[in-house]
Order: sequence, then C-alpha cells, then structure tokens
Amino acid sequence: MAMRYLELVGVTKRYGDTLAVDAVDLAILKNRYVCVLGPSGCGKSSLLRMLAGHEIVSSGDIVLSGRNITDVPPARRGTAMMFQNYALFPHLSVRDNVAFPLKMRGAEKTERYREADALLARVHLEAYAERKPAQLSGGQQQRVALARAMITRPQILLLDEPLSALDPFLRVKIRSELKELQRDLGISFLHVTHSQDEALALADLVVVMNGGRVEQAAPPREVFNRPSSEFVARFIGGHNIHSGARGTVAVRSDRVRLSDEPDGALSGVIGDLEFLGTRVSVRVNTRDGDFTVELADGDFFAAPYDLGQSVSLSWDPEDAHPLLA
Amino acid sequence: MSVEGRKRPFFTAEQVSWILVAPLLIILLFFLFLPMLTLIQVSFWDYNEWTFFPAFIFDNYVYIFTSNVTFATYWKTIQLTLWTWFFCTVIGFTVAYFLAFHVRSLTWQIALFLLCTIPFWTSNIIRMISWIPFLGRNGIANSALLEVGLIDAPLEWLLFSDFAVVLAFVHLFTLFMVVPVFNTMMRIDKSLIEAARDAGASGFRILIEVILPLAKPGIMIGSIFVVTLVMGDFITVRFMSGGQSTSVGRVISNEIALLQYPAAAANAVVLLATVTLIIAVMVRYVDIRKEL
Repeated sequence: MAMRYLELVGVTKRYGDTLAVDAVDLAILKNRYVCVLGPSGCGKSSLLRMLAGHEIVSSGDIVLSGRNITDVPPARRGTAMMFQNYALFPHLSVRDNVAFPLKMRGAEKTERYREADALLARVHLEAYAERKPAQLSGGQQQRVALARAMITRPQILLLDEPLSALDPFLRVKIRSELKELQRDLGISFLHVTHSQDEALALADLVVVMNGGRVEQAAPPREVFNRPSSEFVARFIGGHNIHSGARGTVAVRSDRVRLSDEPDGALSGVIGDLEFLGTRVSVRVNTRDGDFTVELADGDFFAAPYDLGQSVSLSWDPEDAHPLLA
Repeated sequence: MSVEGRKRPFFTAEQVSWILVAPLLIILLFFLFLPMLTLIQVSFWDYNEWTFFPAFIFDNYVYIFTSNVTFATYWKTIQLTLWTWFFCTVIGFTVAYFLAFHVRSLTWQIALFLLCTIPFWTSNIIRMISWIPFLGRNGIANSALLEVGLIDAPLEWLLFSDFAVVLAFVHLFTLFMVVPVFNTMMRIDKSLIEAARDAGASGFRILIEVILPLAKPGIMIGSIFVVTLVMGDFITVRFMSGGQSTSVGRVISNEIALLQYPAAAANAVVLLATVTLIIAVMVRYVDIRKEL
C-alpha cells in the first residue's frame, strides 16, 4: 500500500559554479501532503522546478510511479504546477484558462469546456466562468489556478508558495481548502513554502532544506519535537538552543520552566514580555544568550514577572533534545 | 502639526489642477487646435492662379469628391500603407519577440535594442537617398545579383517603383513598431510562458495562444504610428518612386507648390478625417489604454 511514488535520487542543480540543489534524495508516498520548507535561496524552488520539468536536472534522477521522468517535457511527466502568482492568462476567460491544458492536447471545445466547468464547480467558481482573471479576488484566482493544474489529472501537484500572495486571514482559510482538496483527490501535493506554520499545519511530511540539502524529512511532529540540527530547530521556531556540558541541545520554549528562586540551570534577567493571546512569551537574557520561555497566559498572570526581574531557568533532561553539529 | 497651525493654501485644489494642465493645454491650443481651425477655415476659401482669398465655398471639397484622381490616389496610398504595415508588423514583431524572449540578459537586450535605433541617428532623407545607389540599375544589388548569376539583366523594379517606396517606408518606420511591441512583450509575465509550457503548449502554440494576444496592444500602437506616418508621407513616395507613384501627401504638396492653398487645405482635412477614422476603427478592436 505504502508504495514509493515519487522518488528523487541524487538530484542536483548547478548554476555555473553555484550549487543550488545538492544531491537530494527523497522518497514520497502516494496520497501525501508534502511541504518543502526552507529560507529563500535554500534550493526549494529549484527542486520544485526540476520536478515540474522547468529546470534541467544537472545530475540525478526523478522517478514518478516507476517511470524515470528526469528528462521528460513538463506536460508529459504526470506533474502539474501551480505558480506562485498563479500565472493565469489575462486575456482568457476563467473557463478558457482552466481548459487551456486540454486545448493544448487537442481536445474538442465541448469536451474541454465540460471538464473545465466540472472543475470550476468543484472549486465553487462556476458563476465566474466568463470573467477574466483580473476581475477575481486573489483567493478566487488561486482556485482558478488550482482548477487549471488539476484538469490534466496529474499524479502529483506541485505548488510554488501558493499562499504567499494572500492576506493572512485568507491564507488560513485556503490552507485548509488545499488540504481538503488533496484528501479528496487522493494524489500527492508537493508544496513549497518558507512558512513553518504552513508546513506544520498542512504536511504529512515536512522536508526542511538548507543550502541545497535536505536537513530533515519527517512528519511535522517529529520535526518540531526532534529537530535534527540547529538549523532546523532555529528555522522551525519555538526552540531554545543551548550549548552545555552535554553538547548542543534544543529545548522547546514551552518546556522551559521559569522561577524566581536562583536554583535553575541558568539564570538571567527578563528582557522582554510579549502577550500573544493564549500565551505569554518571556525573553530572558542569560550569559549564554537569549532564551524564550512561553507560558500559558493563565499561568503567567497568576504569578506575573516584571521586566528586569532576575529569574532562573530549568528544564527536564528528557526535554533537552540533542542536536547534531 | 495642528490643523489651525497650517497655512491656508494659496490655490484651491481645482486651481492647482488647472495650473498643472495649463502648459500642455497651451501647447495643444496653439500648435494643434489653432492651426487645425485655420486649416479648416482656409479649406473653404477660394483661389485663382496667383492668389487665394477669404470666401465660403464648397468647391474645393466638391472637386475632391468628384475627381477620379482622388479615389485613385487614396487607393494607392492605402495600398502602400497596407504593404508597409504588413512588413513593419512582421519584422517588428519578430525583432521584438527575439529581443524580449530569446535574449536572456538585460544588458544584451539594451545593447541590441540600441543597435536597432542607430539608423535613427541619421535623417530620414539621407537614409532614403542611400537606397538609390544600392538599388539603381547599376547599383550594388543588381551588380551583385548579376555577378552571382541569379539574373541576366538588371532588375528594373528595384528602384523608382512601389517596391522601392515600400522598402524605404519599412526601413524608416519598423522601429516605430519594434518599440511598442517590445515594451508590451517585456511586460508579459515570464511565468505565463512556463504555465503554458506546463500545460503542454509547444513554442509555436505559446507564441500564438499567449504572446500574440498579449502583445496586441503594442502592435496596435505601432500600427497607429506606421499608418499615420505612411498616410501623411509625401517625400518618400516622391524620391523612391522617382515621381512615378503618387500619394495623398504628394497631391497636397503639389497643390502647395502651385499656391493652391485652399485646395491643399481641403485635401488635408479629408486626409485627417480618413486617418482619424482608420485609427478609430483600429482602437475599437484592441484596448490600448492599459499600455498608455
């Protein structure tokens, strides 16, 4: 059942002397939501574009459903890409945009319009079929782009930062729609993002990239609870990195205990307090650098701390997660 | 800053608008509307062999609309315009397409674009006249073709022919097509090309289905330039046809030479109306506003 579906073997991309993607190995199962996460310039977009066939693979192989698609042109790979700014054709109606891939495959007008209308209904845009993309809101344009990507029935949908052009409120809404759609379609989605919230919320598998390499590929809980490297811990957020007697460890901010008795492992002074609604984030300046401690708002206001107050920090040994270099 | 502390503006918002519009308004008033009104006025005047004088007669217009020469001339002018437009569009679109989509680096794009404009550093007349030694009976073109053995006798139609006129027009005016088309093409989002390729479009389909429709406003603006320039031209037609071909512009220029100003004015008004009509029809089909 859990067959290997998309497989990347030593996939590398060089631009002249710069190595954008450095020998990435990755196996993705069927019907999974995969988020490739990383800062800009980490190679995640190049990786996606190589998967889509818009970038030539310098070396390595890409296998989709047992077929080596490394050098297959984009339309014949069984992939479809949704572009960051949606890349809808401004001169075509919504219906013609969605039907465009079928037109390129030589489908009859009635047939391709029927399919396009069915997909538009699926994304609740049937009423907008005659409009031009510019007459739609950002969220609607995004759904048109999705419909256009799905019309060729791809085996995997590649999404390049699909939510970055939306406002925060809509982002959360569309995020859940994407996940729902992926479950409905039963295909894999590969979603490139630089937002750790997005990745944690959506993904079955989070692939954290840095400097062209995969730092960690694991389910979101594992990435969050057991970051494999300092980079992952820092990038995913919510962690304090501490170098001590037992090497470098990552401690989740909500697992650090705060006390006004000087009996903790580390002492410091409160440098900043941020109220985050359900939690309060406390920044403690210690001789080993800044620590962030997150307390539930109830706990904090039951025994509040003041700026400048001397405190000590402690944590349970099992919460200190050792990091590789 | 408090509201009371602010000085009351010297001009109201409306006055400011008028002041800002004034320079353009004055220029248009004195250099476009006034001359045009004069032109229309003079077109109703009368003239004889040695002078022209105020009157209000329709003879000038009656003559234009009843003379067969008028229709023959307009037909010829429109033919020249259509040929020139056709070649300018094909060449202009191709050059712009190459610059916008095949030249990868911006530096090279700018360099090649400037290269296209170099011919414009010399005057129209010089560029036109330069064709004469090239195309003449014993010119470079004929000599070369004879030498290679492609022809046995010099080609007579190379110079002083409609071919020569259109060639000169295309040479003179193609850049007016390249510039707006290149401009529109540069604004086409490159991800649209990728999206089309992702959808399975070949290079040719991308050109037809995506680039051409999106470049239409640029083509239209270029077409307006080319059409107005060719319709109003008189010097190229005279030089390159060796006086054997005619155009509306030449008719007007001849009438001016004969001091028949009212007749020339009437002809100019009719030409202006015709060109305006052509452009009105053209912009009806393509929305150029987003390019302006």
